[in-house]
Amino acid sequence: MLVIEGLTKRYATGDLALDDVSLTVPKGQVMALIGPSGAGKSTLIRCVNRLVEPTAGTIRLGETVLTALGDRALRRARRRMGMIFQEYALVERLSVMENVLSGRLGYVGFWRSWFRRFPLADIEEAFRLLARVGLDHMVDKRADALSGGQRQRVGIVRALMQDPELLLVDEPTASLDPKTSRQIMRLIIELAKERGLAAIINIHDVALAQQFAERIVGLHAGRIVFDGPASDLTPEVLTTIYGEEDWSATIRKAEDDDEDEPPAVEAARIAAAD
Amino acid sequence: MDAAAAARAWRPPPLIEAAWLRWAVYGGALLYAVLALGTLEVNWTRAAEGLERGGRFLGAFFPPDFVTHWLEIEEGLLESLTMTVTSTVFGVILSVPVALGASRNLAPMPIYLFCRGLIAVSRTFQEIIIAILFVAMFGFGPLAGMLTLAFSTIGFMGKLLAEDIEDIEKSQAEAVRATGASWFQLLAWGIQPQVLPRFIGLSAYRFDINFRESAVLGLVGAGGIGDTLNSSLDRYEFGTSAAILLIIIAIVMVCEYTSGFIRRAVQ
Repeated sequence: MLVIEGLTKRYATGDLALDDVSLTVPKGQVMALIGPSGAGKSTLIRCVNRLVEPTAGTIRLGETVLTALGDRALRRARRRMGMIFQEYALVERLSVMENVLSGRLGYVGFWRSWFRRFPLADIEEAFRLLARVGLDHMVDKRADALSGGQRQRVGIVRALMQDPELLLVDEPTASLDPKTSRQIMRLIIELAKERGLAAIINIHDVALAQQFAERIVGLHAGRIVFDGPASDLTPEVLTTIYGEEDWSATIRKAEDDDEDEPPAVEAARIAAAD
Repeated sequence: MDAAAAARAWRPPPLIEAAWLRWAVYGGALLYAVLALGTLEVNWTRAAEGLERGGRFLGAFFPPDFVTHWLEIEEGLLESLTMTVTSTVFGVILSVPVALGASRNLAPMPIYLFCRGLIAVSRTFQEIIIAILFVAMFGFGPLAGMLTLAFSTIGFMGKLLAEDIEDIEKSQAEAVRATGASWFQLLAWGIQPQVLPRFIGLSAYRFDINFRESAVLGLVGAGGIGDTLNSSLDRYEFGTSAAILLIIIAIVMVCEYTSGFIRRAVQ
């Protein structure tokens, strides 16, 4: 569904962030993008919705050639790609509901959005999704009054409000504690599966990537150096992605984590999610 | 080298690394200060005499006379307040597009340079100079004062607001852009919520400044309480002048307290 061909990005400073990257993500696939800092993960997903302009290459979403779009058409295309951010990127002084409704900005005109007169169906969907992530009691709280995990759930709902076909997820757990990280990852995967969304998830936590993603792509210095199922991630592969290190513990940890979670936590998670 | 010896030898690094340059800068500054002081001519006998004259001048201000020219004072005050309110409103409204244009993260280069240029002009010329120009253009009276204050409000608000816009959290604006929002929606959803408290605070602060300036502008004929003050001084009615000064001080204090309160409330 998403087809990237020969994507290259050279910043004005001369840094080559992406070097001839080609990648296809089929409909409904959750893909984790791993790699060291500066490997180009962030640049890659920002090239897809063109928050960063690619230097060369083409990106297609379905039939649309994203790299060839003018301003107006690009804004329409962005509605089809929901983005979730590392530091949540909620508008802090706006309420939870306003942040969630901002996911509909691409669908409503300026004055409607200025007076917060969103279609009733949008508001209803917002309530439904907020209930789904367990935040329907915080609708009118200001975003900066929420905890990290709650904020990221608002970020997820905002992205889903766009009714996207593709999720672009940039380090969703980088500022969260390990337990919340797992809950957030699980939530993203569940929602993506429910709605049949493809997702590209940038993540630096290898164990989390292995635990949650069906496909893993490794990026090193702007080039793809690994592309395969999570089970193929061996110490040798991690060395080509990140460089020399003792990887044995990293890989084992992923399997332990799932079993280690006590039943009480599991129950609490389900309660929160319902 | 062992740690103990290294610890004894360690000094915090000086501000200017090269020793010769350091001493040259300090020595040069000191030498200049001494020479400059030497060129000042102070006539101490004249100063001693002046102290007494100044005392007499100040003495003439007592007692303050609120009554004799109260109607003129009242008229001047109302004119000043009107000038303050209108100039603040117009200036603040006009400063918004200028600030947007002067933000490097929003405006393309030509617009940025134009708006920054406008702000630079507005801030370079002191209110008095602009007021003289406007008095020449529009004649004596509060219109010239109002235009002067509105013009300098644009420079003041434009610069400080643009700086705040350039300092926003980029990620919040990026998130709004990523939803497919238009440019105006980006302003209303990604930027306005981030800069609104500062915008309100600056507007309140500027109101306070505009009142103080309106009292000064009268001295060049731009209307307001300053005009009343000026004519009372010209007529040697120092009691009236004292009354006017006391009223200005009181209003400035009220304005300052109120704008401080507003700024704290919105932070």
